[in-house]
Amino acid sequence: MVNPPAQAETNELTLINRPKSLDRNPAWVQTLIYLVLIAMALVTLLPILNVFAMSFSEADAIFKHPLMLVPYNFTIAAYEYIFSTSILLKSFFVTVFATVVGTLFNLALTITGAYSLSKTALPGNKILLWVCIFPMLFGAGLIPTYMLLKELHLLNNIWVLVVSGMVVPFNLILMRNFFWSIPEELEEAMRIDGASDMGILWRMIIPLSKPAIATIGLFYAVGHWNDFFTGLFFLNDNTKWPLQVLLRSIVIDMNALNTRGVTAVIGQDATKIMLTPENIKAATIIFSVVPILLVYPFLQKYFVKGIMLGSVKG
Amino acid sequence: MMLLKESVYIFLVWGKRNLRNIWRWRYFYLLLTPTLLYFIVFSYIPFYGVVIAFKNFQPFLGIWDSPWVGWKNFETMFSSVKFPELIRNTVLISIYRIIFGFPVPILFALLLNEVRVMWFKRSIQTIAYFPHFLSWVIFGGIIYNVVGPSGIINLVLEKFGIDTINLSANPDLFRPLVVATGILKEFGWAAIIYLAALTGIDPHLYEAAKIDGASKLRQIWHITLTGIRPMIAMLLILQLGSVLDAGFEQILILSNPVVYSVGDIIDTYVYRVGLLEANYGLATAVGLFKGVIAAILIVSANHIIRRTGEKSLW
Repeated sequence: MVNPPAQAETNELTLINRPKSLDRNPAWVQTLIYLVLIAMALVTLLPILNVFAMSFSEADAIFKHPLMLVPYNFTIAAYEYIFSTSILLKSFFVTVFATVVGTLFNLALTITGAYSLSKTALPGNKILLWVCIFPMLFGAGLIPTYMLLKELHLLNNIWVLVVSGMVVPFNLILMRNFFWSIPEELEEAMRIDGASDMGILWRMIIPLSKPAIATIGLFYAVGHWNDFFTGLFFLNDNTKWPLQVLLRSIVIDMNALNTRGVTAVIGQDATKIMLTPENIKAATIIFSVVPILLVYPFLQKYFVKGIMLGSVKG
Repeated sequence: MMLLKESVYIFLVWGKRNLRNIWRWRYFYLLLTPTLLYFIVFSYIPFYGVVIAFKNFQPFLGIWDSPWVGWKNFETMFSSVKFPELIRNTVLISIYRIIFGFPVPILFALLLNEVRVMWFKRSIQTIAYFPHFLSWVIFGGIIYNVVGPSGIINLVLEKFGIDTINLSANPDLFRPLVVATGILKEFGWAAIIYLAALTGIDPHLYEAAKIDGASKLRQIWHITLTGIRPMIAMLLILQLGSVLDAGFEQILILSNPVVYSVGDIIDTYVYRVGLLEANYGLATAVGLFKGVIAAILIVSANHIIRRTGEKSLW
């Protein structure tokens, strides 16, 4: 950790290449920095690990070892239990539907819309762009939206999960900015070769934009997976609830097993099995975190890039 | 007469040229149509429903036939004892978030910037970014597992024979809980933008400062912080501009009737009064009030950012 400054100065190459401060900190400062960072990471990580451990532990483990970080008397009873309840699986499929179908619509509209808006020569481009950005600044509000969805028969209809937020203005701008970064010359060359506008979009722009499409697709997919409000506001029937809404009634409701939502999930036989509400809650949490965890390496890679692309400036 | 003829002629020529131009771009308009239609239907048509704010809305009469009541809903809103409380809660929680939460990602980025061991840096980042991708339902469940009535804090207290405390249903602790958990979920993610800004700082500046005998802390103050100052200013102004958004989803998840006096914000109130109590007129009025103020604030924020010569949002 400790590096004498003299050594750093003699090495011209590292000096030029390193885009950070040149000074090395005194050892104790550096140690302190590492400790603070480790503390920050642990505060984030430990509560999640605790839930994870609890989901795989036997019923009374939580009372004996509330601070456990590894499963105590490993068992998958809680998972067997939640998979045996049909309502959780139903919710899972509702969410999968919303995520898959929703993201496909999202991408189709965002790509075509952004491609047109990326053409600055398009007559009326500025006005059209504003039509798409304005909803980001000012919306009609919850109740008028509710009334509209009622008129469109989208209340209590799982398609509302697909329709709501079908184009996110921010993502539209992101995509447009990315299309801009594709050199104009490539498009010109294809046009000279006789490609049509559609052909250019389909055979050149989309293949070249795969990283951006992946990024924005992930934005949308995670948005659908985590979407809690749409289901809460517009779906009353609990067999149509997406995972997040069901989760709230299982995980957050203060009286745990005794509330309506949970009895619907857990059913009558809950007393027969040797599980505490805490085990079941923990297993449901982990169950819905796993998909996020599976795509997390991609999320981290693409989201960091995506955040840099975003800017409405044009 | 001459003049009229001429202007008609000019108009026709202009129109023809433009129509031809528009025709040339027809496929691009076609591509943009679904996106535009989406925004028109789901973002602009609901504005019609805003008239509910000025009506005594009766579901069986519909929006148009419900009787007009003028400003009555707004009078109810401004005269209710609830209203000042809502504004106070919303603004206070936002301000607390700025005071306590805003510096955390900056500090985190500065600390991370001092780390030279790449695997360590990456591990910390991987852990710190993760909660950003979890929904508030899931993260709220994880928080409850710690602070809830039968959460690990209470279980540990019980073990030591100390009286348990219900952190999640305590009006004195609700705002700190909201602010702290909000920081915990987002500090890592929010640091990305600062980390990117840090890599943009010219390393020669540090070299020069060192030759001039600047200490490490002085370098951080004069070079690092000065280098990311535009970013800090922009994000701070933006956050001030969205002061009426105190975190709808988080507060809906974490709050309960016991803490409404300190935790009920405009958004949660609109949801409860409008959708749960079906008091549509009042809820629309409150929502409209918030929407207008929020739009003014964000437009002003953008204006200020532009005035300071920084890259503005639009």
